[in-house]
Amino acid sequence: MIRTENLVFEYIRRDEEGNVEGITRAIDEVDLDVKPGQFIAILGHNGSGKSTLAKHFNALLYPTEGEVYVDGMNTEDDDHLWDIRQEAGMIFQNPDNQIIGQVVEEDVGFGPENMGVPTEEIWERVEESLKAVNMLSFRKSSPNHLSGGQKQRVSIAGVIAMHPKCIIMDEPTAMLDPNGRKDVIRAARALNSVEGITVILITHYMEEVIYADKVFVMDKGHIEMQGTPREIFAQVDRLKELKLGVPQVTLLAHELKKSGLDLPEVVLSREELVQELIRLRDRNGK
Amino acid sequence: MLRDITIGQYYRTESVIHRLDPRVKLVSTFMFIISLFVADNVFGYALAALFLGMAIKLSNVPLKFILRGMKAIFFLLFITVVFNLFLTPGNELVKVGFIKITDEGIRITVKMVFRLIFLIIGSSLMTLTTTPNQLTDGLESVLGPLKVLRVPVHEIAMMMSIALRFIPILMEETDKIMKAQMARDADFESGNLIQRAKNLVPLLVPLFISAFRRANDLAMAMESRCYRGGDGRTKMKPLIYKKRDGIAYLILVLYLVAMVVLTILF
Repeated sequence: MIRTENLVFEYIRRDEEGNVEGITRAIDEVDLDVKPGQFIAILGHNGSGKSTLAKHFNALLYPTEGEVYVDGMNTEDDDHLWDIRQEAGMIFQNPDNQIIGQVVEEDVGFGPENMGVPTEEIWERVEESLKAVNMLSFRKSSPNHLSGGQKQRVSIAGVIAMHPKCIIMDEPTAMLDPNGRKDVIRAARALNSVEGITVILITHYMEEVIYADKVFVMDKGHIEMQGTPREIFAQVDRLKELKLGVPQVTLLAHELKKSGLDLPEVVLSREELVQELIRLRDRNGK
Repeated sequence: MLRDITIGQYYRTESVIHRLDPRVKLVSTFMFIISLFVADNVFGYALAALFLGMAIKLSNVPLKFILRGMKAIFFLLFITVVFNLFLTPGNELVKVGFIKITDEGIRITVKMVFRLIFLIIGSSLMTLTTTPNQLTDGLESVLGPLKVLRVPVHEIAMMMSIALRFIPILMEETDKIMKAQMARDADFESGNLIQRAKNLVPLLVPLFISAFRRANDLAMAMESRCYRGGDGRTKMKPLIYKKRDGIAYLILVLYLVAMVVLTILF
């Protein structure tokens, strides 16, 4: 679905007079391959280049070196620019700054309007998209009266209405409260499993990546680690070096194991930990 | 004072006028304003008052609500009265010192006052019965022919609607910054006018920076959703004339004809 080959992105730092101070490599030789239908998570602390990477998938930024392919189309090919933007939808961090319409349903219709979809079909798409994120009852509301999580779900609906094959979410939950975060992640997972849309979730919340098929960890523009969440979270110490934590449950299990309990290498959810502890108790009880 | 201005506000209720196509309302308001300058005698003004009164009655907007908006233009009205009343040459009626009131002056003053009042009521009635959204849609459509003259009509309409969307957000932001600065001992309430204006700097600078940042984000979000200007765009809510819009146009034409006839006859 999305493939990068040897992707490098550099930008020139300038001082206040506009003199060149130096060149920063935000992305350094990144190769990755996302298959259709996957749920991908990209982790990294601030300034690791993950947002810059995301903007390449939507042709908002172009590589300095190397190539980015979206569904087989090179993002530098101007003829395919709008196809790429339609196929790879993008959700940004700040919910306020990506809602254009003054009414929820009009905002969801904005993408299809731009694509030249006929009026009747726009209405159908708006309805199905709002239904998909469970926001249909708010269709006539003003976005200003919604909570952060609701606004972010409206943004997701706005992208779904364009019938994308892939959704790239650039820290969609960074400005939300825990409940809003849960709702947004739930909506993203539903899209992935029900609609089969490829999801690329960029985040620094560890709890959000445990459902991913594959996790990439970025640091200083490199991909430092990749693998399943289980493989990634097994390396607690390596993650700490990269200024990243692990989910609290995983950390707890890790510490318990260190102090001698017979737990598996990685525990991802609370239920799993409870199961394991019950197993231990039963075994010791006998 | 700012709160008193009803011009530009929307009054939510159900009425024939509310349901009219925004284009009809825009054109009618414009023609009505022109007709006010055509009118030159008592009958003309009576007709305009009748037309306006009918529209207000049909709009279901309480008269009190409309008149409240007049408070804001009271000052403007007052200046108009003073200038026209005291500075128009003609047959002197009263003279105190260098101030004189002429018959011509009284005539023009009365005319101007009625014109202004009708003009303000007429245009605020339009905004009171039309949502900002419909208004921008209507403007885009009415001004559409200007595209031939390379006037960026779609862009202007888009800017207006984005501005409307961001007004509440920026208001909230202003409030937030103001509180943050007040917590750090900024003072927005005391001092003379110049002092107060100076005190606003720590409020305006962060506000502008944040507005530019938002603009940048929004532009990126719009681009990523395939926005590429007005060409080839379809509309989710296209404007379509209904029967009542035709009737409204007919009434407007009748009104204009009557106005011209009254002006020529008397």
